[in-house]
Amino acid sequence: MSMLEVKGIRKSFDGKTQVLNGIDVSVSKGEVIAILGPSGGGKTTLLRCINFLEKADSGSLSLDGKTYDLAKITKKEIAEIRRKTAFVFQNYNLFLNKTALQNVTEGLIVARKMEKAKAEEIGRAALEKVGMLERVDYYPNQLSGGQQQRVAIARALATDPEIIYFDEPTSALDPELTGEVLGVMRRLADEGMTMLVVTHELGFAKNISTRTMFIEGGVVVEEAPSREFFANPRQERTKAFLRAISSKEEE
Amino acid sequence: MNERLLNILIQSFPKILLPGLMYTIPLTVLAFAIGLVIAILTALVQFANIRVLKQIARIYIWIIRGTPLLVQLFVVFYGLPKVGILIDAFPAAVMVFAINEGAYAAETMRAALEAVPAGQMEAGYCVGMSWWQIVRRIELPQALRTAFPTLFNELISMVKDTSLAANITVTEMFMTTQRINAVYYEPLALYLEVAAIYLLFSTVLTKLQSIGEKKLGSYGRR
Repeated sequence: MSMLEVKGIRKSFDGKTQVLNGIDVSVSKGEVIAILGPSGGGKTTLLRCINFLEKADSGSLSLDGKTYDLAKITKKEIAEIRRKTAFVFQNYNLFLNKTALQNVTEGLIVARKMEKAKAEEIGRAALEKVGMLERVDYYPNQLSGGQQQRVAIARALATDPEIIYFDEPTSALDPELTGEVLGVMRRLADEGMTMLVVTHELGFAKNISTRTMFIEGGVVVEEAPSREFFANPRQERTKAFLRAISSKEEE
Repeated sequence: MNERLLNILIQSFPKILLPGLMYTIPLTVLAFAIGLVIAILTALVQFANIRVLKQIARIYIWIIRGTPLLVQLFVVFYGLPKVGILIDAFPAAVMVFAINEGAYAAETMRAALEAVPAGQMEAGYCVGMSWWQIVRRIELPQALRTAFPTLFNELISMVKDTSLAANITVTEMFMTTQRINAVYYEPLALYLEVAAIYLLFSTVLTKLQSIGEKKLGSYGRR
């Protein structure tokens, strides 16, 4: 039984550029899905539409058995869905005027009306999980990129989501810093967190994700359990993409 | 400088300073505070993209920035009575200065709001915050920090602009000096004296500004 089911999602910008051409995504509890693809192929737009940072033109989304029509979804329904999901951005998007701990507790206190003490307890636990407990009172501009992204992950964790969406979480990081973030993501995966990850990190897709999707031109070109996806890519376009991206890594 | 002139200056000093403390400063502080509230609201309706209010905001800014402050003062104090609206000099001055400041500061605030990195709004939505919660707790504090130097600049400017209120019979510093000059006729000395007092006020404010900027820091190291 899948936890998240997206069917036939379509999106165009300005009525001209069709970015999403009817994509289906199915995620079961505990799965870690890696989404690969070229820039502009639609993978980031897909993720943003699923969490309503963009408005899809059509399609349906089911979460926990409840189905929503993406063309007609209401603000209330969006809020309802967002209570169960969390999003980690490519450029972290931490609240710059708040400390690490405040970043993590802000949503809990303000949106969920949680008591400050309880929120801070949860916040510290989340920060400890990502290895940032020593920097609870630091502001984002006192932290490195990798540290900021880990705080962002803690912020996502603190809301106790059913699924976490990651939009190229390491793309903005220097290579030395990607490791610390990928390490945190691996821990989450091992602990059974359901994750949908748009990424360029082949290592993550190969070794940590349970299933890999290749999206290009707004459609799912190929999708398979990760081991098989990399061992036996079937489509020509997939093979070409994997060739191109692996040769880039070898440079 | 002869003794007579020195005496005039010494005697006139408190006479000029008093209206400075009673009218110039309160007028400035009051008008600026109200103007700032107007500015934030005007900037927010544009930030929120509420179509009708946004249009009203743009028209308001266009008209107020497009007409001289002195003319605005005259329209309110001398013009409105013609249609039966009578407002006392001081309140009229506060009103006009506030509305005038609001239009200029609104542009400062709008730019400051747009300068806040956009992704924070999205992050706020994703953790479940509402538009207003994000604006009040994340966007506005950052915008106000960015706008602080410019806004303080406008405050310091306003201190001097209040001299225009003399034209609508507010007995602030400038008008008082004019009256003293009418008695003693020492324009150079007296007008330099009031200029020095304006300079004193501005200098104090400038000092406050740098204290303020240091205190605001910049959310950690810069």
